[in-house]
Amino acid sequence: MPDRSTPIYEAGEADRLPAHDHELYNTIAQESDFVELRRRYRSFALPATIAFMAWYLLYVICNNWARDFMDTKVVGNINIALVWGLLQFVSTFTIAYFYARHAKKSLDPLSSKLRDEFDRETGR
Amino acid sequence: MSTVMLVPLATGNALTIGLFLAVVAVTLYITFWASRQSKTAADYYAGGRSFSGFQNGLAVSGDYMSAASFLGISGAIALYGYDGFLYSIGFLVAWLVALLLIAELLRNSGRFTMADQLAYRMRQTPVRTAAATSTIVVSVFYLLAQMVGAGSLVGLLLGVTSPGLKNLVIVGVGVLMIIYVTFGGMKGTTWVQIVKAVMLMTGTVLITFLVLVKFGFNLSDLLGSAAEKSGKGEAFLQPGLLYGKDLVGKIDFLSLALALVLGTAGLPHILIRFYTTPTAHAARKSVLWAIGLIGSFYLMTLVLGFGAAALVDTGKGSQIQTSAGNAASPLLAQAVGGGEGTLGGSVLLALISAVAFATILAVVAGLTLTSASSVAHDLYANVFKKGQASERSELRVARIAAFGIGAIAILLAIPAQRLNIAFLVALAFAVAASANLPALLYNLFWKRFNTMGAVFSIYGGLIMAVLLVTFSPVVSGTPMSLFPSANFDWFPLRNPGLISIPFGFLCGIVGTLISKETHPAERYDELSVRALTGAGAEKAVAH
Repeated sequence: MPDRSTPIYEAGEADRLPAHDHELYNTIAQESDFVELRRRYRSFALPATIAFMAWYLLYVICNNWARDFMDTKVVGNINIALVWGLLQFVSTFTIAYFYARHAKKSLDPLSSKLRDEFDRETGR
Repeated sequence: MSTVMLVPLATGNALTIGLFLAVVAVTLYITFWASRQSKTAADYYAGGRSFSGFQNGLAVSGDYMSAASFLGISGAIALYGYDGFLYSIGFLVAWLVALLLIAELLRNSGRFTMADQLAYRMRQTPVRTAAATSTIVVSVFYLLAQMVGAGSLVGLLLGVTSPGLKNLVIVGVGVLMIIYVTFGGMKGTTWVQIVKAVMLMTGTVLITFLVLVKFGFNLSDLLGSAAEKSGKGEAFLQPGLLYGKDLVGKIDFLSLALALVLGTAGLPHILIRFYTTPTAHAARKSVLWAIGLIGSFYLMTLVLGFGAAALVDTGKGSQIQTSAGNAASPLLAQAVGGGEGTLGGSVLLALISAVAFATILAVVAGLTLTSASSVAHDLYANVFKKGQASERSELRVARIAAFGIGAIAILLAIPAQRLNIAFLVALAFAVAASANLPALLYNLFWKRFNTMGAVFSIYGGLIMAVLLVTFSPVVSGTPMSLFPSANFDWFPLRNPGLISIPFGFLCGIVGTLISKETHPAERYDELSVRALTGAGAEKAVAH
């Protein structure tokens, strides 16, 4: 429990909300739809973050410590370093595209359903 | 990216000055239009949350792509070839952190500032004070670098060399940004950024197209003649001309790369842009647009940089050398327009100069607004007045703060012109990654995280980053340092990220675990529901 001697304002922005909102949030937090929403969000966002960070850091490391490999010509004056740099753009665009698709298909329906439930209960 | 300017561009100035005045007129008109529309706090801080995903995507790009990325990156490529390109890759990949982990969750769970999101489940006074401190430090460092850059850049573009006129340019830019922010608030600032983004993209597409036409759309030919003309041959297209000459240099580059990729999603002036959309869905769309716009912009700077190396003189004593690369884009525009003295050349040079000017204005306005919002909303309304301030008095403080921060920036930027302060941008990214990102991520993803953890990670990351830079070669010990004659450079890296980012994350864990505070566990669940579903999120202002 929060310390009773601290003024209520100190306890956090959340304490300005009506008690009913808190109850509702905690009800929603237990619902299977919410548990599923959180699982779906995390199961995409966290592995994708690890993947693009590893892919980017590997590129940075190769710029430092694998220069012979990076200097290898692919076609004309274009070498592996430049191709890999351009692939960082491609991978960024691709991950962004797949996240947008995942969010639209798997996250948005659940989040808007839960949000509607909250709005209905609070009358907003 | 240094912006030391020696030789101005010799141009037919009337056209350039005319276009500069047009930029000033349009942005001032926008500001006064916006000031009539702004009534509430949500209008002033968040533009009424009424910008669409596409509009905010443009504004985010306009806020993010500074003169350093427009003139600096193409200049770095013109001088150092492939290595100049590396900055832009970090700048772009970083947006995935914002897209996947920050933008939507922040939009749903905060109101006006970065601190709002932490304050939901933390004790407000310490957390808001810490978050406001790092917001102001990051924004003012960044702002100062931009203002000093503005003096030299506008001097270069207008052909002004006298120190008195450069001071006048800094004062002029400062006064404009104060007017935008004081009167236009977020609505005015956002539209200035949208106009700038459209100008920047149009100008860049045009010059890129003209360069590619010269090389028959053959990238390999462009690279080949850039390498040949640079006098560095093959090495111009390979890693190593700018970064990682020795082991310390390699570790330094790794440190820079880490700060770039993790810093963006912790930059307060970027974070508050997500509050300007009506929903988290629109916030997501704005990041997607920003990734598309910023990504294609950086791809085009590759053509601009190599194009400048191939088509403009970059040898010793050339204008591109003496301007540390900043003159590359404007001179390239002149060259592809027909060359010096031709009508086409003068028109394109004036056009690109006006784009650079609009870029400076849009970025400094965003930074000033961010600092002013944090002073008024976090420090005045919530720390000082404990949430009891009226909206009117809060907005009055925001406007006074915008004026004060702008005035301080002008006063600091004028003497700072003689110093090499280009490191401030890298430092701002390092502080954002070391202080802000750990607190934001722990708050969203770690149930046990508490007030002491947030305070530790913010101050820990901030102090470590600033200390390491203070004792690094950018401040003392080399002829290029801030204080060239002093020697207290015991930390060898120019970029502190490699140490300060893990340190910020570690401080968050230590602070959380040693705290005796028992947070109600349900507050974390509530925050998760708010962040993921948008239930109870701030709605757009109805006009």
